[in-house]
Amino acid sequence: MTDMTAPLSDTAPPSDARPRALRKEPDLEARRRRAAFWFLAPMLAMLICVAAWPLARSIYFSFTDTTLTSLYDGRWVGFDNYLSYRQLSSGRVVWRGTLADPAWWNAVWNTVRFAAISVSLETVLGLMVALVLNVRFPMRGLVRAAILIPWAIPTIVSAKMWGWMLNDQFGILNDMLLRAGLISEKIAWTANADTAMAAVILVDVWKTTPFMALLCLAGLQMIPRDIYEAAKVDGVHPVKVFFRVTLPLVRPALMVAVIFRMLDALRMFDLVYVLTPNSSATKTMSILSRENLIEFDKFAYGSAQSTLLFALIAIFVSLYIWLGKVDLGGRTPA
Amino acid sequence: MAHIQLHDIRKSYGAAEVIKGVDLEIRAGEFMVFVGPSGCGKSTLLRLISGLTSISSGELLFDGARMNSKVPSDRGIAMVFQSYALYPHMTVYENMAFGMKLAKAGKAAIRERVERAAEMLQIGHLLERLPRQLSGGQRQRVAIGRAICRDPRVFLFDEPLSNLDAALRVATRLEIAKLHHDMEKATMVYVTHDQVEAMTLADRICVLRDGKVEQVGTPADLYEKPNSTFVAGFIGSPKMNLLNGAIAAGHGCRTLGIRSEHIDITGEGAVWSGEVVHAEDLGSDTYLYVDIGAEEPVVVRREGRRAIALGETVGLRPRPENLHRFDAGGLPLH
Amino acid sequence: MTALDLTKKAGFALAVATIVTVSVFPFYYAVITSFETGTALFEVNYLPQGFDFGNYLAVLGQQAFPRNVLNSVFIATATVGAALLLAVTAAYALSRVRFRGRGLLLMTILAVSMFPQIAVLSGLFEMVRFLGIFNTPWAMILSYTIFTLPFTVWVLTTFMRDLPVEIEEAAIVDGASPWVVITQVFLPLLWPAMVTTGLLAFIGAWNEFLFALTFTASETTRTVPVAIALLSGASQFETPWGTIMAASVIVTVPLIVLVLIFQRKIVAGLTAGGVKG
Ligand SMILES: Nc1ncnc2c1ncn2[C@@H]1O[C@H](COP(=O)(O)OP(=O)(O)OP(=O)(O)O)[C@@H](O)[C@H]1O
Ligand SMILES: [Mg+2]
Repeated sequence: MTDMTAPLSDTAPPSDARPRALRKEPDLEARRRRAAFWFLAPMLAMLICVAAWPLARSIYFSFTDTTLTSLYDGRWVGFDNYLSYRQLSSGRVVWRGTLADPAWWNAVWNTVRFAAISVSLETVLGLMVALVLNVRFPMRGLVRAAILIPWAIPTIVSAKMWGWMLNDQFGILNDMLLRAGLISEKIAWTANADTAMAAVILVDVWKTTPFMALLCLAGLQMIPRDIYEAAKVDGVHPVKVFFRVTLPLVRPALMVAVIFRMLDALRMFDLVYVLTPNSSATKTMSILSRENLIEFDKFAYGSAQSTLLFALIAIFVSLYIWLGKVDLGGRTPA
Repeated sequence: MAHIQLHDIRKSYGAAEVIKGVDLEIRAGEFMVFVGPSGCGKSTLLRLISGLTSISSGELLFDGARMNSKVPSDRGIAMVFQSYALYPHMTVYENMAFGMKLAKAGKAAIRERVERAAEMLQIGHLLERLPRQLSGGQRQRVAIGRAICRDPRVFLFDEPLSNLDAALRVATRLEIAKLHHDMEKATMVYVTHDQVEAMTLADRICVLRDGKVEQVGTPADLYEKPNSTFVAGFIGSPKMNLLNGAIAAGHGCRTLGIRSEHIDITGEGAVWSGEVVHAEDLGSDTYLYVDIGAEEPVVVRREGRRAIALGETVGLRPRPENLHRFDAGGLPLH
Repeated sequence: MTALDLTKKAGFALAVATIVTVSVFPFYYAVITSFETGTALFEVNYLPQGFDFGNYLAVLGQQAFPRNVLNSVFIATATVGAALLLAVTAAYALSRVRFRGRGLLLMTILAVSMFPQIAVLSGLFEMVRFLGIFNTPWAMILSYTIFTLPFTVWVLTTFMRDLPVEIEEAAIVDGASPWVVITQVFLPLLWPAMVTTGLLAFIGAWNEFLFALTFTASETTRTVPVAIALLSGASQFETPWGTIMAASVIVTVPLIVLVLIFQRKIVAGLTAGGVKG
């Protein structure tokens, strides 16, 4: 213990100068780190169990010929579920696998189209609703409560409600449009291949615009009011104020909201499943993948499709963060 | 009662060294005040003593026992924070009893000690209230009461009065002085940036600068015999006049220091003369700012109200016995 | 000038009216429909035509539907309870303790909450089969953890980060271990956040469809969304709109009431989480 009280030499790194026995003794911060580990362990174990492991298994299945009925008898088949080709005796080359499957590319196109259009509409409408709600007027609280209603309704219920309103024979929407003289005969919105996607987008926009509006509103309310007053004093046109002041200031909040909505839209399942069942005009990647997995007993093939969707979303997120410089990390605790 | 020794204490955050080798002794029962400019490491040093922050290297001893890796609750310390840090959901009584409850003290013992502390601080009638039902001054007294209930060897205060208004600050300062008097066995370490608090409360003051100890001494020591131009400029209000250039050269030094109350206004025998450019009338005293051709006007204290008009030229005579002469390195010349 | 002002005001009022109408009308129409039976159902009515409880009696009289509601309540409650339990300690570690890799861990957790659920479906299916919980509520409770747990961890972390550091330090000086800090100091301060987070996670679990559809195989083990989606009428070709609307109203009204009661808190939680509940 004598060297402990002796002054530490300046040259030696301090931690090495400390006697071995003392270095092991944990101080407050070390004890807290150890507690933190045990506090995180159950959650991490759970997430590994329900997320990481199943994901790894799904990816593994996509490289096998596993079937629903014999989950453990799959053989490794490499990339066959993704893409493979065989030369027939006639010399013709036949491509097989998801990437050569027109149904898959149709689903990709549907998903991307749906996500792009609905998220754009939601963003614009959400911003507009937020701008309206950012103005002080009587009963603003009530209006804000009202726009929460679509958000609170379960997706399946929305799908059924709108399915009823869009019903070709008895739907109220056709009735309204007929009365207004906008259409001349009733339209089978959900059944018709030309309008099915529009119907899905309509319902999705109706249901999720409130979410967008609330996030935009939160962003708007963080803008100090004096900025607007200063602009007013300077006589800047309101439209210019919106594009020069408001939009740049809500942009960070908006970018985060858009990415969350985009990810949600890319995995779209429930609304399409219920509103336009079995319509190839709206079939998304999630729907196609589950169909193969569970209903058509092409378990491995469906796994390959779900893996592709996962990869697509992962690439999208990376690009978005990289290109948009979204500071998701800025929202993490310092 | 603890005798605190710091031996070459260092603290780094990553590559940045914040405390750069502090050697300090705080005697048992002493009231030690840390002062220094913002960011110099006062709070950090206090937290190293408390154990809330871990020491990077060096040694901390309480009564000769090494404390480096002891957790705060095992060090026999109590801490009073600037923001009071009362538990918002607990009554005053529960706040004060919490530490003892965790230490598994008996109900009767807890009650007795809480009531004694409450009586000492005259908060006996507040015991059943929640912190939010108290004024700022009452909250800080509860925080001090909570510290007393821990019956610590060392009290640590981090700017405890900064959140209070001027009048309350004086009242609570007196209370803390009385507390130190009453609890003569407790060592107290107190961080402040308030001159008056430091001068009135301290047995000794430790001036910190950029992570190092600049000077330690009694308030009178620091006031009368500053070890450097830094301490000379830091201790005392208004700050000591520090003159460079030809005026200092005339006294055979690089920097010449003279306090405002050590300059006489005089007709004959004047050493300097100049125009009064500004005057601050505090009622009991008047501070005159006289431009004698130095970089900044010299501050001169006059008792009573000013009888000298702005723009008038006055002659000044510094008292030779109160001149402080410093060399190029800012160290005193004797 | 006044004419212009008036036009502006009228335009604004119109915008507000449109927002409210579009938001509320579909549910209003569902409620009206749910009180209609027989031929009234197949006329387009903009106003209520009376209160016929036939559909409600029909849906509640079914064997399965009350069971489905109970299933959903049990599953959502258990999922949220488990998630909160695991999330509180994890959020403490993530918001209050400095350690290397904390930022990365938080990003990973956020990433998991944004997962496409289909990507784990086959792996989870295997696990559910392996554990022998296929077609039981436990399959849903297990699988819903994938989105409720990251969400609750993330939101509670943002809430806990905002609690003052000094309060925790005062507790540490008083001799509180991290566990005591969580249970005796933070939890009493955090219960509003817990209620909000719990409610949002509850709504998420209540509404989930993909896992519930895949991991149930009989009418009595279904959850409410699956039951409503698969509700069929007397004949295969006739959609029982009346009963569907009645069932929809039954499962939606409690949610709307909850959401309206906790309106402000929910908005705060959504903003903190930035995640759809
Ligand atoms: N956790 C930390 N991580 C990194 N740097 C820190 C940390 N805490 C403090 N510092 C740095 O250490 C230095 C000293 O900080 P400290 O809080 O001790 O100053 P202070 O003297 O108490 O100042 P003030 O009078 O403003 O309270 C500052 O430069 C600060 O930026
Ligand atoms: Mg400080």
